[in-house]
Amino acid sequence: MSSVNFTIEIVCRELVELVTDYLEGTLDESTRARVEEHLAVCEHCTEYVEQMRITTRALREVRTAELEPERRDELLAMFREWAADGDGA
Amino acid sequence: MRLFGRKRATPRDDATLLALLREGDEDAFAELVGRYDAPLRRVVRAYVPSDAVADDVVGETWLGVLRGLDRFEGRSSLKTWLFRIAINRAKTRGARESRTIPFSSLVAEEAESDEPAVDPGRFDTSGQWGAPPTRWDQKPVQRLLNGELRQQLDAAIAKLPEAQRAVLVMRDVEGLDSDEVADALGITTGNERVLLHRARSRVRNELEGYLA
Repeated sequence: MSSVNFTIEIVCRELVELVTDYLEGTLDESTRARVEEHLAVCEHCTEYVEQMRITTRALREVRTAELEPERRDELLAMFREWAADGDGA
Repeated sequence: MRLFGRKRATPRDDATLLALLREGDEDAFAELVGRYDAPLRRVVRAYVPSDAVADDVVGETWLGVLRGLDRFEGRSSLKTWLFRIAINRAKTRGARESRTIPFSSLVAEEAESDEPAVDPGRFDTSGQWGAPPTRWDQKPVQRLLNGELRQQLDAAIAKLPEAQRAVLVMRDVEGLDSDEVADALGITTGNERVLLHRARSRVRNELEGYLA
């Protein structure tokens, strides 16, 4: 980056440690500005941030994991036992 | 008798299910179990020495939930309540199982040790990328986001150190907010963010091997 710039620039190695705080919105104003300045001129870090975004979005999909049928049956048997005890409803 | 485990076209929200559960509705219980049993076991596993114990603890949690329905006042969400009960039980149980390292030690170890997000060898001496991330192929990314590559993600989650896994599952998989997670785990929000960052970075690294 050229021009006179008195703020300390962030290098890529530092940026990858700030990504989570950046995405979470927990960086202070000046650090966030420096991260954005860096991203504006660094395609590799832009790609890196994008990959962290994709990772986070993909993790949300894990949530739909199917419960193993044996496990479900076990828990439902437990439910019926509890309901039959009379303190159910 | 109705069939359980069949995917409903529109999942019902937790508050609706809770109300039904209070009337003894088995279908509502089945839906909640389908939604939370696996995530609870993933989190509890961080506190206990084996999958079998984790299954056990979460089973006790469900029973505790059923028995405690009358006392639950709904000040926190059902989700937070579930995780809190499970984690409290897991902590008690973990303390009894001699082989378990206390969770607080895991947190200290995983949050305070030196763990770069990216292999330092990939940067040059000035700190710029020497071996930059390769652009991820859009097709597998789409499959990932469609949930088709769940096995890869499950494997990546399973490989995480335990405290990192607990935080990542609650935050990114379950969508709890950072205060809820710190509260349920009994850790500071600072450590919560460090663990989340390290966990996400590790999962990205795992996916990179697959998608780049």
